[in-house]
Amino acid sequence: MVAVKITDLTKKFDKLTAVDNVNLDIESGELFGLLGPNGAGKTTLISMLCTILKPTSGTAQVWNHDIIREQDMVRKSIGIVFQDQSLDDNLTGRENLQFHGRLYKVPKNVMNERMKELMELMELADRADDLVKTYSGGMRRRLEIARGLLHHPKVLFLDEPTLGLDPQTRRHIWEYIEKLNQNEGITMLLTTHYMDEADYLCDRIAIIDYGKIVALGNPSSLKESLGGDVISLASSSKDEKLREGLLKIENVTAVDFVEDAIRLTASKGETVIPEALNVVREHGVEVKSVSLHAPTLEDVFIKFTGRRLRDEAEGKKGQLKRRIGHRRRLHH
Amino acid sequence: MISDIYTIWLREMIRYVRSKSRIISSLAMPIIWLALLGTAIGGMVEDSPFLPHNMNYIQYIAPGIIGMTILFTSIFSGISIIFDREFGFLKEILVAPVSRLSIVLGKALGGTTTAMIQGMIMFILGILLGVKFSSEFGIGLGFIITVAFMFLIGLSFVSLGIAIASKIESMEGFQMIMSFLVMPMFFLSGALYPIETLPDWLKLLTYIDPLTYGIDGLRGSIQGSSVAHFPLLVDFGVLSLFCLFTLLLSAYLFKKS
Ligand SMILES: Nc1ncnc2c1ncn2[C@@H]1O[C@H](COP(=O)(O)OP(=O)(O)OP(=O)(O)O)[C@@H](O)[C@H]1O
Ligand SMILES: [Mg+2]
Repeated sequence: MVAVKITDLTKKFDKLTAVDNVNLDIESGELFGLLGPNGAGKTTLISMLCTILKPTSGTAQVWNHDIIREQDMVRKSIGIVFQDQSLDDNLTGRENLQFHGRLYKVPKNVMNERMKELMELMELADRADDLVKTYSGGMRRRLEIARGLLHHPKVLFLDEPTLGLDPQTRRHIWEYIEKLNQNEGITMLLTTHYMDEADYLCDRIAIIDYGKIVALGNPSSLKESLGGDVISLASSSKDEKLREGLLKIENVTAVDFVEDAIRLTASKGETVIPEALNVVREHGVEVKSVSLHAPTLEDVFIKFTGRRLRDEAEGKKGQLKRRIGHRRRLHH
Repeated sequence: MISDIYTIWLREMIRYVRSKSRIISSLAMPIIWLALLGTAIGGMVEDSPFLPHNMNYIQYIAPGIIGMTILFTSIFSGISIIFDREFGFLKEILVAPVSRLSIVLGKALGGTTTAMIQGMIMFILGILLGVKFSSEFGIGLGFIITVAFMFLIGLSFVSLGIAIASKIESMEGFQMIMSFLVMPMFFLSGALYPIETLPDWLKLLTYIDPLTYGIDGLRGSIQGSSVAHFPLLVDFGVLSLFCLFTLLLSAYLFKKS
């Protein structure tokens, strides 16, 4: 069965097209990842699927209910962890969860059991009765995730769930999410900036850029589709002649200039390096270092978007800024 | 449905009990009004032929000040939906499987309850300051009718607040609402002066102000029909209609927004 069926879905804000004619089917039980740079339209897409934003055109079915005509039924089938803050600061952590549990009609004994389990998983058990106001950023994030996992919906949306959390906590959360997906068969749609997260968790991923899906597949086939290893030459050159020269080398299938590196995709990468260095020198370009690695999702990402996913430290800062900006946005 | 309304109501109550500073500050103003204005102007208008017989000014304005407390608390409760939106919590409610009507009703009843508690505190303070229960209904029935009017005033204006919050985008609009709607409504309501003595044009404005009927109703139920301007049933009828109207309006606008 198809759990989420997206048909020609489009959202425009004035002139800007945030989601551009997206078509996508997510199978029930699937753990699906949406990867994309800032402003790609991931949150906008999820907001439409969970009925808080009206599409400009097109539609979608979530668990066979139309997101425009059957909003109540859609809401009964879903759960969501929002990207930006959505807790009540003046309630305690426990009260936030209880509020959620009541709205979603989680039976009391189930509720207590899950609450205990999740609070422990999120390492919030000893702070459960403190006001959320007094929580740190990471604690709030963990509480939001706990809340999202409290009722077990048919389809769960996770919008950058582990953003800003430390690696160990992320690991715990991944394991829990995976368990939930496997044991309970909950369909999940997850957005993330962390390649390792997408790689570890997702059965399939879609790369979205400027509101459009530019690549779709399971992580390993996407990586294989690159057709070889990635050689990265640290240099800021953008010389077209150099590109032609490099492409002539045997086994090289692609050459991309990204920010401060020249990236070659090649099979038998290690044999290509000496020749590549020769070509670079012939063009009078200086290279500071060379590296070779098996393709990662990051490389897939660069291939389809021509850009790097921002590095993590910079990313967190940018993200924080966006989150503040976000708060004003989602209402309509 | 009932349990959803209860859930939303409960959250309002928890927040109310926790916001000590809000409780105190929203009582401070009416207390100052009652004590200072009551005493200062009271001296001026002593034995005024316009005030009902043997009534001092504090006594006269007490129902008006109770009405004011309820008005401010309830409008604010309704408008606080803007905060929920600003801080993101509204999204949590909006994606939940609850009807928009339950959300409005929960919010409205929560706000009404807090407004009634605040009104009741003012009422007790009034009694301590010497306000007498002197309506022909006696203490028991008089009290029940008083509470009913508190309820109607509260529900009407929380709903109005919710309706406004569904229309305005941010807290900036809030000051406008206070200056152009809430304050005029209060001053025109006859809370501070008898309506009988007003010139016709002002009387007309007073009659249009829904709060007039709320405060007149409180007067009638606390101090009796000889002090009130309209018959109690008129107050009750007009206010009920207004309440129904604002409630429907808020449900409609909230759903649309
Ligand atoms: N309410 C809005 N009004 C105007 N423009 C908006 C609104 N919401 C989103 N946008 C724009 O739509 C585009 C997509 O935004 P969206 O939040 O969906 O991106 P995203 O992929 O979630 O990004 P991030 O990774 O930073 O969360 C952005 O250019 C954003 O500025
Ligand atoms: Mg986003």
